[in-house]
Amino acid sequence: MKNEMELQFDAISNNESLARLSVAAFIAHTNPTLEEMADIKTAVSEAVTNSIIHGYGNIQGYTRHGEVRPSISEIQEGKVRLYCKLLDGDLLVEVEDWGKGIENIEKAMEPLYTTRPELERSGMGFAFMEAFMDDLSVESTPGIGTVVHMKKKLNCGAWIGKED
Amino acid sequence: MEDYVVIDHCLMVKLPAEIDHHKACYISEKADDLLLSEEVDAICFDFENTEFMDSSGIGIIMGRYRKLSCFGGKVYLIHAGKQIRKMLEMSGIEKVVEIR
Ligand SMILES: Nc1ncnc2c1ncn2[C@@H]1O[C@H](COP(=O)(O)OP(=O)(O)OP(=O)(O)O)[C@@H](O)[C@H]1O
Ligand SMILES: [Mg+2]
Repeated sequence: MKNEMELQFDAISNNESLARLSVAAFIAHTNPTLEEMADIKTAVSEAVTNSIIHGYGNIQGYTRHGEVRPSISEIQEGKVRLYCKLLDGDLLVEVEDWGKGIENIEKAMEPLYTTRPELERSGMGFAFMEAFMDDLSVESTPGIGTVVHMKKKLNCGAWIGKED
Repeated sequence: MEDYVVIDHCLMVKLPAEIDHHKACYISEKADDLLLSEEVDAICFDFENTEFMDSSGIGIIMGRYRKLSCFGGKVYLIHAGKQIRKMLEMSGIEKVVEIR
């Protein structure tokens, strides 16, 4: 079987939960294990958060009352694209932004490497994507943007591939 | 909802169901307010209600650890599930905090 979905949203932290819950709903009918579900939600959250924080520099989102705090901060315009495809029990995820881009991808992917320690980032985002998914690749051009591709084999593959 | 109480100089933080970057800013801010205003020499993060966490959670713990450890304070983590433990282990933070 094949199924695809695509979602584009503003690069604000309020949409981080939207992104991971959309992917969770997209794969729910394949009956993934709780562990698979947690792995995928974490990986999606990492990639989307990176686009928001690093791609567009949006550190603060909107509060419950719809304002930005501290009031000196401003939300930068920008979109994040989330694309998912289920193909014969494999889940493919792409997270794309048109933000700042990454100078040195290899360095960026090292565990504990972060360019924003002052924001309490731990530098574990790519390490978690790598650990929780089966495949990870990153394309990025400074000034143009970044695309993260991830793949995970869902254990329901045999069931999904079955002819009706 | 998260919850904060100081018992015996220990700040107990009951973490919310989901910890991401959006939530993390509020949690760190609230915890730091209490660290400054009360006499706190330990902080305990309780993951009992937490179903989801990403690297933002690691950032919260590391950040509070840095603040407390300057004057010998301790960080405790309780009720962390399998997924969260794996993340704690990978980040190396489990070496400097007490996991119960
Ligand atoms: N979409 C992106 N656009 C621009 N730079 C990025 C992007 N994603 C990652 N980076 C760069 O790669 C570095 C490492 O990313 P990673 O997710 O591993 O750590 P982090 O985001 O800094 O910290 P953490 O994810 O633990 O909170 C970032 O500090 C940033 O410099
Ligand atoms: Mg990150």
